[in-house]
Amino acid sequence: MTQRLALFTQALAVVVAAVAIAIAPGMIEIFTLMQITLFASMAVLSLSLAFIWGFGGILSFGQTAFFGLGGYAYAVAAINFQDSTQAIMLAVIVPALFSAILGYFAFYGRISDVYLGVITLTVTLILFNVINSTSGDEYRIGEAMLGGFNGIPAVPTFNMPFDPESPLSPEQSWWATAGTLLLVYLGLRALLASPFGRVIVAVRENEVRASLLGYDPRVVKLMTFILGGAIAGLAGALYVNWGAFVGPTIFSLSLSAEIIIWITVGGLGTLLGPIIGCILIEYIVAGIGSQQTLNSNLVLGSVLVFFVLLIPKGIVPTIRDIATGLLARIGRGHGDATPATMPQTAGVK
Amino acid sequence: MAELTPLLRTEHLTMRFGGVVANDDINFTLQEMELRCLIGPNGAGKSTFFKSLTGQQTPTSGTIAFRGLPITGRLPHEIARMGIGIKTQVPNVFNGLTVRENIWLSARRKTTSQSLSAAVRGVLDLIRLTPQADRTVATLSHGQRQWVEIGMVLAAEPHLILLDEPAAGMTDEETLLTADIIRDINLSRAIVVVEHDMAFIRLIAKTVTVFHQGRVLIEDTVDKVLADQRVRDVYLGKKVAA
Repeated sequence: MTQRLALFTQALAVVVAAVAIAIAPGMIEIFTLMQITLFASMAVLSLSLAFIWGFGGILSFGQTAFFGLGGYAYAVAAINFQDSTQAIMLAVIVPALFSAILGYFAFYGRISDVYLGVITLTVTLILFNVINSTSGDEYRIGEAMLGGFNGIPAVPTFNMPFDPESPLSPEQSWWATAGTLLLVYLGLRALLASPFGRVIVAVRENEVRASLLGYDPRVVKLMTFILGGAIAGLAGALYVNWGAFVGPTIFSLSLSAEIIIWITVGGLGTLLGPIIGCILIEYIVAGIGSQQTLNSNLVLGSVLVFFVLLIPKGIVPTIRDIATGLLARIGRGHGDATPATMPQTAGVK
Repeated sequence: MAELTPLLRTEHLTMRFGGVVANDDINFTLQEMELRCLIGPNGAGKSTFFKSLTGQQTPTSGTIAFRGLPITGRLPHEIARMGIGIKTQVPNVFNGLTVRENIWLSARRKTTSQSLSAAVRGVLDLIRLTPQADRTVATLSHGQRQWVEIGMVLAAEPHLILLDEPAAGMTDEETLLTADIIRDINLSRAIVVVEHDMAFIRLIAKTVTVFHQGRVLIEDTVDKVLADQRVRDVYLGKKVAA
């Protein structure tokens, strides 16, 4: 009964979100629309780590490595093909392949969680330094000059599929970006509800038990990691489409850290939380950036400390706990609600 | 006619951790459908032996054969797929998932989707946790979590079941129920049980193997083993006369 109600509420929320995405360009001015387009592309990046960390139990400190690779793959391909269709595909394929190679050595080599964090962090730094030192005419891929520190300017933005003559307007770009966010969210929800999704969560919960039941944790973690890399790459393409520019700072460590803050604030082990956390934090950072009084890193740090100390579960799980408690209270008609046993234990939200 | 291939056979199985010899030259044979109890004081090497059998560690030397197939050094999931299930000493369950999800994860490896939910229900009934099926395992008592793990092992329908201290942390009533279920399972599969509780051993055992300091001290019927002076000495901590 309650489960059906929850399902109905969630379906309704998705419809509301879809309608909001559709009518947003008519309601708000172009500057704000551009800004929320950026937030939506970041939210896709947030989802990629929310999935592998919150459900796969893999903490990657270098999700920006795949984000940046996706961005660069998109830029290079878009310049060469002059059509964003193949470029978007490559922005998914290249990081997926890269994460497959990296993940293979990490998971099949039995590297522990902490070292995986260190390795992903280091890979990000390596990519930053490699791309940063590609100034000069000799560093080019086809038509695309890598540009080193200066990055690649004037990257062609998205066009209608297989139709380079019709580039997307800012409104269409918004629909593409926010629509992608919604689809990635729904896709991950569906995956987590599937048998394979439950196995992913099982491996996070207890790797030894999973293997004693006959599941190969290495394969499961590798698949999770690759999917996370592919989604981060897609986010990279969306990000480059927004700014028509990509530079080596896309691999920056501060962005890597920011993703972790988004998820901590929004709620680890949920999908909705990291989207909310990302948009909220980016909104605050953008607001601070437009005035000179406060340093944004100082504020980010304070927000993180505040949440870790006072709301360690993050926004979405905390609200969910409160709501569940209230519902149980109302349902029973008196005060002795059962102590917070969550109805959905896998925490798929 | 040559003798039948035993279900499980280890030859000269040895496991060293640095200077410590946890298992020393163990030759162990288990026939199909057998119920064997494994006893021995703490540190005798029982759990180490189980870890070698299930691939959680690779033995230093020696071989393990399961129905004649060598499984020495294979990975845990490969051995599990061949049909060896284990309940470990410290409950290894999926704490964040519900009882039903725990059982389901195990059952779905063996069972087709049509009969899957029926299989899960059957196991839930057997371990008497149907009323708690939708509770998170972390909220259950220690004894109930032991049951969840036993349920997971059963749901995978293995050919050989290893139970490491299945009755630990259970009430007397739960212990009796465990003994019942073990005898039930043994009607169709082989089981090796590690246990300290002598009363429990008497309830279920036919043949008992005693481990001491990494070696097999004695292997005989339950009455003979429990009457043996050396076994008494080992449990009381006296030095064994060679």
